[in-house]
Amino acid sequence: MSLSATPLHDVHREMGARLVDFAGWSMPLHYGSQIEEHHRVRRDAGMFDVSHMLAIDVEGAGAREFLRRMLANDVARLREPGRALYSCMLAENGGVLDDLIVYARPDDAYRIVVNAGTAKKDREWLEARARETRLDVTLKPRRDLAMIAVQGPRAREKFWIARPSLRTVTENLKNFAATEVDDTFVARTGYTGEDGFEVMLPAEGAEGLWRALARADVAPAGLAARDTLRLEAGMNLYGQDMDENITPFECGLAWTVDLSGARDFIGRRALEQAPPRSAFVGLVLQDRGVMRAHQSVHTDSGTGEITSGGFSPTMNRSIALARVPPDLAPGGRAQVEIRGSALEAAVVKPPFVRQGKVLV
Amino acid sequence: METPQNLKYTESHEWVRQEADGTVTVGITDHAQTQLGDVVFVESPQPGSAVKKGEECGVIESVKAAADIYAPLSGEIVAANDELTDSPGKINSQPYDAWMFRIKPSNPGELSGLLDAAAYEKIAEADQH
Repeated sequence: MSLSATPLHDVHREMGARLVDFAGWSMPLHYGSQIEEHHRVRRDAGMFDVSHMLAIDVEGAGAREFLRRMLANDVARLREPGRALYSCMLAENGGVLDDLIVYARPDDAYRIVVNAGTAKKDREWLEARARETRLDVTLKPRRDLAMIAVQGPRAREKFWIARPSLRTVTENLKNFAATEVDDTFVARTGYTGEDGFEVMLPAEGAEGLWRALARADVAPAGLAARDTLRLEAGMNLYGQDMDENITPFECGLAWTVDLSGARDFIGRRALEQAPPRSAFVGLVLQDRGVMRAHQSVHTDSGTGEITSGGFSPTMNRSIALARVPPDLAPGGRAQVEIRGSALEAAVVKPPFVRQGKVLV
Repeated sequence: METPQNLKYTESHEWVRQEADGTVTVGITDHAQTQLGDVVFVESPQPGSAVKKGEECGVIESVKAAADIYAPLSGEIVAANDELTDSPGKINSQPYDAWMFRIKPSNPGELSGLLDAAAYEKIAEADQH
């Protein structure tokens, strides 16, 4: 099967990207050093091509009711256009089909942005549920859009250097808010634990924006840095920290499930009937070495497993997210089995790093 | 990709340099460091320990993955590069200066089994696809 390419593929090549297959897409892993790119985002500004993710516009008079049934978080919380919400989409068994951001748009419309690896499954799921309902709802996948995330403490000011005309409309955007000017959609969201924007725009405009950002000294950053940044920020990665067999309560996402009222969202019954089978914690390795996904974690309450592990460039040591027995609370110690030795780790509550500061 | 002509190589991506005193110096190739990405942690064998050709004797961890280091020859470890403890990134920036350890070979005949630069380049190229 040939790989899909984003509208920025040739530009990545030109900028020296090492390209890898990610969920069927040829994507930049890094442009030289993933650690350098990581630091640029924490200390200054970096940009990621995230055009492999899929925006789906959900429209029609029944869009709101439809999403209130489909998502574990409640879109009724989005009181006005331009507000955003992070949510899981669940299966009947309470397992996570995907995690996504939903934006409220003018005229009772919504836009959801889903993961690349789950985009096809999500579309099929949503389309099937839409056919079952009598609600007036239309789903429009937006493969015509490109997405660029500009992240870091200086991301916004550098974005305004690249696109001065968008300054006035985006200057007062609050965290988790979005605005639209013509075809350009700007949201103050991200996946790095830093300030910044995620910008969606027609594919043909992507290269111009990318090059303007590069001229404003925004560093191109790849998926490798994106992964260490999100891990430090304690943000889950779908397919690794959760999947269809894990409920939001078992992967640290209880805060995204709205059980208030009697709203009948898919997966609710299963969540209310079965207690969580595991807890979700952070680990900080006390010894030299690097924790990796699937390594065993031994605690006084029993054995668990690392779901995401790696090296934290900001803390200069290894950190991980782990699924552990339900009664284990942050504060204690655990032993991680790394290549035949049991190494000591502190059990903490994620996030590890936000806004450039170490929190654990 | 850089592959100095004066070095010998292994199929597992170590480079080997013969020294005037009869010992050999070992590191990992430019190709290997490119594949691994940013190196964050290096564990070399202890000086004084005995190693056997083809056996695991160290670990390099990058942000992305862990890679075993194999002894290119049998013998005794006579030195390890402590500088890499604090500056593991030197393996990325200067792979042929960032040596990991030195071996005093117990069977110098094994040297003839190592690859020359041209043969190693073929292996590295095949590995990239």
